[in-house]
Amino acid sequence: MTTTTTSGRATGAAPSTRDVLTRPDTRRKLVDRTMRGVVTLAFLVALVPLLSLVWTVLVNGFERLSPYFLAVSMRGVFGGMDAGGIHHAIIGTLLVTGFAALISVPIGLLTAIYLVEYGTGRLARWVTFFVDVMTGIPSIVAGLFAYALFAVFFGPGVRFGVVGAVALSVLMTPVVVRSSEEMLRLVPNELREAAYALGVPKWLTIVKVVLRTSAAGIVTGIMLAVARVIGETAPLLITLGVIDSINYNLFEGRMMTLPVYVFRQYQQGLVPCRPEQLDCIATINFDRAWAAALVLIIIVLVLNLLARLIARWFSPTRGH
Amino acid sequence: MTTEPTTPAAPAPAVRRASTRDRAGRIFAGLSTGAGALILIVLAAVAGFLLLEAWPALTAGAEELTSISWIPDDGSLLTYVGPLIFGTLVAAVLALLLAVPVAIGIALFISHYAPRRLSSALGYVVDLLAAIPSVVYGLWGGLVLAPLVQPVWQWLSETLGWIPLFEGPAATPARVMMTVGVVLAVMILPIITAVSREVFLQTPRLHEEAALALGATRWEMVRMAVIPFGRSGVISASMLGLGRALGETMAVLMILSPGLTYSLALLLAGRQQTIAANIALQFPEASPLGVSALIATGLALFVITLAVNMLARWVVARRADFSGAN
Repeated sequence: MTTTTTSGRATGAAPSTRDVLTRPDTRRKLVDRTMRGVVTLAFLVALVPLLSLVWTVLVNGFERLSPYFLAVSMRGVFGGMDAGGIHHAIIGTLLVTGFAALISVPIGLLTAIYLVEYGTGRLARWVTFFVDVMTGIPSIVAGLFAYALFAVFFGPGVRFGVVGAVALSVLMTPVVVRSSEEMLRLVPNELREAAYALGVPKWLTIVKVVLRTSAAGIVTGIMLAVARVIGETAPLLITLGVIDSINYNLFEGRMMTLPVYVFRQYQQGLVPCRPEQLDCIATINFDRAWAAALVLIIIVLVLNLLARLIARWFSPTRGH
Repeated sequence: MTTEPTTPAAPAPAVRRASTRDRAGRIFAGLSTGAGALILIVLAAVAGFLLLEAWPALTAGAEELTSISWIPDDGSLLTYVGPLIFGTLVAAVLALLLAVPVAIGIALFISHYAPRRLSSALGYVVDLLAAIPSVVYGLWGGLVLAPLVQPVWQWLSETLGWIPLFEGPAATPARVMMTVGVVLAVMILPIITAVSREVFLQTPRLHEEAALALGATRWEMVRMAVIPFGRSGVISASMLGLGRALGETMAVLMILSPGLTYSLALLLAGRQQTIAANIALQFPEASPLGVSALIATGLALFVITLAVNMLARWVVARRADFSGAN
């Protein structure tokens, strides 16, 4: 700015005014620079834990991760034995999360359809408000709810797969509603009106036109919702308990899941090894925890990545 | 909002064909309305079933309750839940105090400082923080962060030890509230950042350009145009973060060395405990009455988070009404 002053015009004006107009205001500039630094620093500060966490999980988890680790359960593994894996936990995670999705996807999707296509008046407003409120339910409370619900019918101490799935679906449904609703609202009204003009009934318009147009976005939302609940630990700790062997039955017996496995191994801590025990690894529990955490993070990131890729590849609005 | 244009179009055929309207349409409408109503029912059921299962503990006599090992000797549920609520609030408020300034900084960086082409990628990086499961945060906090920050807490307690908050000597290992606060802050950063970023991006372009045209520097523009516009959004974002921090279980459970006192000492071990972590800790080995007592504490947590979240949503909704952004 200061370089563009014309000396000819400035001679006529009072020197003080010229001063004010041309003198670089160092204080304001300094504040501006400082705040730019502060704001950038805030971003970098947030990167530190992310990088540290990802790095330590990668480094510590990679040592133990092997096909063997993925293929065996913890049955008959004790002390500092150089054995054991997460097969039972992976199966439990897939079954429980899958069942939770089976419950919450239809409910969530239908609720979103209700809100966008049918909902008017007080009920719709209440549903919108309470879906938002429901996203804030602490996960442990969802676990307690599922436990309480099943304890009423099956008696105290109830622990099996479906209880955990119900707990997860309480957490998952509002996320599915929110994302599906957003996607349904993106469908242009011209499409709906064109279908109505052809005499297509409303429900068929929704199924054949609205849902089909927004399918990619809805799938993305569902995958993100799955990625969110797949790492839930606290509700599953309460509702599924802890077990060392494989259980395929959602309706009977305790089940292990990956996050609970990580917690369980962490909780067991260091193994006291006698010096003459050569096959005893003192940190074996932590090693397993890191490796399981790595698998968990990989699953979550792959789900996230796939979801975003689907959104990009199949997005109908890409041409805009 | 977008459905408004359809409403005039929809009733016309509906009225004419009301008699011949096929059953599928009615079933479909009923199903989706039912799903919407189910959400409300589930929320009511959460409260209802928690109350039902907590009832035995709420109505039990003092002698019965004292038989549970971890209930204080006077056998009152209130003296048990009091320190837990206190610990929960301390953890959440501490996390909020640490996270909000950083989150506002990140949101401003992404919305107004970073190169436009980079900003969405940077937003994705922050979202990654939200994608990491809480149990992994707990593992990292317990095994990596706690040993790492111990010397810092040591220094803090030596230099600022006269403030009750930083009363020393700092515990080794650092399984203390301060470490929990840092981890919780990292965990709630993404949600506060995401909401604040959205609000900052909605600042009317004209306000920003007007400020710049008057000769404001970028920071002055942010201070005069962006922050006043986004203030209520940041407040509600913070409350959402608070709600999340209140209910976080695993990170607290895996890091904090628990204790049941009304102590504000952040650097001493064995002083505080949160409701959620306490439930996860005691639940597996609790007797039926103990489970009932734990569910009663869970009910308290549910009410607290519900209140915080409803307040936050109410602020957001009120703001949406007059912002004209949609």
